[in-house]
Amino acid sequence: MNRDLIKFLAFAALILTMPLALHGGYLMNVLVFVGIHTMLAIGLNLLLGYAGQISLGHAGFFGLGAYLSGILTATYGWNPWLAMPLAAAVVGGLAFLIGFPILKLKGHYLAMATLGMGIIMYITFNETIGLTGGPSGLSGIPAIAIGTLTFDSDQKNFYLIWTFTLGMILLTLNLANSRIGRALRAVHDSEVAAQVLGINARLLKVQIFALSAVISSIAGSLYAHTMTFISPASFGFNFSVELLTMVVIGGLGSIYGSFLGAALLTLLPEFLRAAQDYDIIIYGALLMVMVKYLPGGLVRGVPGLFRKLMKKRGARHA
Amino acid sequence: MLEVSGITQIFGGVTALEDVSFAIRKGDITGIIGPNGAGKTTLFNIISGIYTQTSGRVMLNSRDVTGLPPEKLAMLGMVRTFQNIELFGGMSVMENVMVGLHTRSSSGLMACSLRLPWSRKEEHRIRADARQWLEFTGISELADVTAGNLSFGKGRMLEIARALAVEPGIILMDEPAAGLNSQETLELARLIRRIRDLGITVVLVEHDMELVMDICDRIVVLNLGFKLAEGTPGEIQENHDVIAAYLGDDD
Repeated sequence: MNRDLIKFLAFAALILTMPLALHGGYLMNVLVFVGIHTMLAIGLNLLLGYAGQISLGHAGFFGLGAYLSGILTATYGWNPWLAMPLAAAVVGGLAFLIGFPILKLKGHYLAMATLGMGIIMYITFNETIGLTGGPSGLSGIPAIAIGTLTFDSDQKNFYLIWTFTLGMILLTLNLANSRIGRALRAVHDSEVAAQVLGINARLLKVQIFALSAVISSIAGSLYAHTMTFISPASFGFNFSVELLTMVVIGGLGSIYGSFLGAALLTLLPEFLRAAQDYDIIIYGALLMVMVKYLPGGLVRGVPGLFRKLMKKRGARHA
Repeated sequence: MLEVSGITQIFGGVTALEDVSFAIRKGDITGIIGPNGAGKTTLFNIISGIYTQTSGRVMLNSRDVTGLPPEKLAMLGMVRTFQNIELFGGMSVMENVMVGLHTRSSSGLMACSLRLPWSRKEEHRIRADARQWLEFTGISELADVTAGNLSFGKGRMLEIARALAVEPGIILMDEPAAGLNSQETLELARLIRRIRDLGITVVLVEHDMELVMDICDRIVVLNLGFKLAEGTPGEIQENHDVIAAYLGDDD
């Protein structure tokens, strides 16, 4: 067994034993969100951290996955296990088609194009009232079931979501350490050099955009089935920015970093409730401080800060 | 091996190259020289598919490759290096060379995500091949160093190692000696000869006359976008047009 696998198994064991320490309750529900957000952050990180391409519209893919799953199951009575892969395939195909023209753009222009894409999807969720229920949302989405086991409690949902999240972490870790992961980072560092070595940068970017959308769609389907109610407000521009923040705060180009970013940004507002009206100010200030002092993200910054502190203490003792 | 004919490149009314034609023989080391602004780098960018020329044709192994993108040319066995070395700065030296083996491997998204047995086997082979190229270029002790931290000279070696990993039939080097000290230039000359000994055709744009005269079998001279002369180093040194272009015309 290699070191990466041992690290992953330790991480998985840590996550899966958490419910034992928490004895159920509200925090379990928050951890379900941490799992969903981790998937989304990983999906976006593949695009932003590895391939170096920004997207300000990923909440749209998340929403599209959620609505496709929701509509197929709640309105048309499909089995969630069928609706989820179909939604993922449709979203992936759509992203592939959108990706070809827009990934020709770079930097700010790509940000604008993906922003537009996200807004169009958000408007669609709001306006196609016959399908989505519009601003008042879509309810009655069935929970996922395996045989007679229905995932209808926070505890059960925790295991459902984290099985998917851990699986996705393992797959994306593998991908990141493969020839594809290297090609993505190569395109990020020098597109022209990657091309002269035979990498079809354009196709690769579109493929990873589509993969990232598929991951968002799966997270969306799982979100719909665990919440059983969805509304457009969850899939707006704000959420796209929040996802981007998770990826950057956690650490660009690090899968575990995406988990850290997702966990922090999901848990922080819960803990800041104690500060009442000031919570949003503290939240914003914390983000600014982190970006300033941990520019490599939590995953690189925290060990670095720790080393620095130890060094300082060592110097003082000497 | 490589044949360019009638290459003309016009940038917004300025003619950078006009009707340039020459052929490069398999197994030769060919130098393309000329004073600043002669159009050497433009010509390289056209041959390697980075620019599309206004007119003219490029043939690789008697196949018309005019207008093909760089990644297609790489698959057909043509690679290049850059004057201001283009490394993947955030990756290790080893990983840089492993990227060079991209076209020599084929595992797709699925196989890589699932770490299927054949993709794992392929990964082992990629690593072993990359190590060989690091040894060939003499930088294997730097395998784990982040490429962005390399000295310019070592970076140049890495860029060449990475290009060789593609296992090309022809390699284009844009001013490989630029920024190197005299010791490094000597090493470069030896390396270029060893690359030719592998059966790889070498074409270089170069300012370092000593290097060019020393290692090249044939030389093409460009001046102001025209081909001024073509021949062996001996012939070029005696050519009056070339001397005039470099030293200025006395008449």
